[in-house]
Amino acid sequence: MTTESRPETRITRKFAALKAEGRAGLVTFLTAGDPTPEASEDILLGIAEAGADLIEIGMPFSDPMADGPAIQASSLRALKAGMTLPKTLEIVRSFRKKDDETPIILMGYFNPIYIYGVDRFLKDAREAGIDGLIVVDLPPEEEGELCLPAIEAGLNFIYLTAPTTDDKRLPKVVKHASGFVYYVSITGITGTKSADVGHVADSVARIRRHTDLPVAVGFGIKTPDQAAEIAKVADAAVVGSALVQVIADNRDENGAPLPGTKDKVLELVGALADGVRGARN
Amino acid sequence: MSKLNTYREGPDETGHFDIYGGRYVAETLMPLILQVQEAWDNAKNDAAYWDEFNRYMKHYVGRPSPLYLAERLTDHFGGAKVYFKRDELNHTGAHKINNTIGQILLAKRMGKGRIIAETGAGQHGVATATVCALFGLPCVVYMGETDVKRQRPNVVRMKMLGAEIVPVTAGTGTLKDAMNEALRDWVSNVDDTFYIIGTAAGPHPYPAMVRDFQCVIGNETKEQMMEMEGRLPDTCIAAIGGGSNAIGLFHPFLDDDSVNLIGVEAAGHGIETGEHCASLNGGRPGVLHGNRTYLLQTEDGQIVDGHSISAGLDYPGIGPEHSWLRDTGRVNYVSITDKEALEAFQLCTKKEGIIPALEPSHALAHVAKIAPDLPKDHLIVMNLCGRGDKDVDAVAGYLGMD
Repeated sequence: MTTESRPETRITRKFAALKAEGRAGLVTFLTAGDPTPEASEDILLGIAEAGADLIEIGMPFSDPMADGPAIQASSLRALKAGMTLPKTLEIVRSFRKKDDETPIILMGYFNPIYIYGVDRFLKDAREAGIDGLIVVDLPPEEEGELCLPAIEAGLNFIYLTAPTTDDKRLPKVVKHASGFVYYVSITGITGTKSADVGHVADSVARIRRHTDLPVAVGFGIKTPDQAAEIAKVADAAVVGSALVQVIADNRDENGAPLPGTKDKVLELVGALADGVRGARN
Repeated sequence: MSKLNTYREGPDETGHFDIYGGRYVAETLMPLILQVQEAWDNAKNDAAYWDEFNRYMKHYVGRPSPLYLAERLTDHFGGAKVYFKRDELNHTGAHKINNTIGQILLAKRMGKGRIIAETGAGQHGVATATVCALFGLPCVVYMGETDVKRQRPNVVRMKMLGAEIVPVTAGTGTLKDAMNEALRDWVSNVDDTFYIIGTAAGPHPYPAMVRDFQCVIGNETKEQMMEMEGRLPDTCIAAIGGGSNAIGLFHPFLDDDSVNLIGVEAAGHGIETGEHCASLNGGRPGVLHGNRTYLLQTEDGQIVDGHSISAGLDYPGIGPEHSWLRDTGRVNYVSITDKEALEAFQLCTKKEGIIPALEPSHALAHVAKIAPDLPKDHLIVMNLCGRGDKDVDAVAGYLGMD
């Protein structure tokens, strides 16, 4: 495998540091602009201190096909509150003024990026301080659209692998992957079923036979205990729907966040981080 | 763009028609899409597969559908000779069954034991529920909650046929959301499920595969017109939502330079109002549901809902091959408003004794615009792709009938 096509970013440095510490990382997912652009920026600013090692920020899309009800709803809340791709980049710029260490990964679907313009997007994303991209509907078959230009622009392009990605296909998927590989632990959508840990361990081992990149595991991890179990066998655990659900559950009748919402989200992040950090002790 | 030697070779091996089409799906689905492609590549070169398809077309669907000279309408327009390709006479009342027979035969070959589908107006849902009953397979149909309410007769038909109807409330509760939900079902049930997509859109190989099933329309038309008039038609016209009936009529004629091809989109309240479903005339290229194609969307790349009096045209995208044919200029795409379609619906009913669906009423409305100014020896074929039984309540409402 070639490593020169793997940009060095805050993501690669973070995974190197985690490896040195001998622990797995916590990756948190929140949708940009949920429930409002201001509240969302405020929550994100506290999330690294609360224990997130890497931050995934969802770019809201009207038709999030791979997502379950929690993230679908968060995406629609954000859009309703006026969230756009330029505003998502703006949140990242604000974040970077205060935190230049924590890796940020944008996750979403291709159409808003395509409409923004791929070259313009990559330039603006890099300047805003984004380290990596996860674009759900761009499999390796469409790598020319964004993956290869992203590597050229110095960003990590993180590929998803799934239980359906067999040994024959894995080399194709990890070929241009960088930063880490994201293992989707279930055949399904985000925030629904939960994977069996034994199955995850086998799958992570299988992926490691095809790549030396760190492997993060997500989809269906909701509790600190589940995160801890995953942290025993993977390089990072990704939690999204459970965090997004806290936001959903703490809004007033107009959809504005109730006082204390940020604390509740950060409290869960803290508990998840404790789970992940204590996993291998 | 320079003229091509053939317009019939697409898509390329990666599923693209130039920049359109492709396979923009999540990794969990990608291996399944590749399986479908492999199975399809194998089936389409297997004479036994097509023998079985043709047998069902003839004895179950009732093909060939007649090519009918609409004499009273021809007289009424006073110009071109107007023929109807009578796909509304097919079993289940529309062209949709051509495709569902083809796909369920493929599902059977692949050993899949469960079928899912999305539906808007319910015609594809009924056609899928029908073939599932015929082949004894369980069927789950995703349908936007809004459509479940406005297309009740089709909902009842599907239930009687044994299908489970899942009303979709996610997003805006319309056809695009039903398709999202069907895709979510598919990623959650990868082992046993086959997704029968209802139009010539979605990830490769669906656009090409659905087109190949629907080409029975154009192939028959060509043969029938040769028999009846001794030559090819001058103009072929079809309504376009996703565009499967249109591509089925057009494709066999793409390399016949003398044949003028016209696709008719739904202009709803008028393209200038923003309330329409004319992806080609009022949208721009983007990526949704596994393919790049013209889409109705905002400046920020968010997909917006279309509007049309016809639920079957109410989709913010269009099959990728149509996007390509538009850019090449081989097919001309026009649009017709709700009001014009409603007038054509009544005209066809009163002059020909045929109650058309609201979808082909759009095509007929365009025929009404051009036929009077064309010479009497000009031959028009319009695809009457569905019957209007499903629409009578809605139309009665619009017309204020009791």
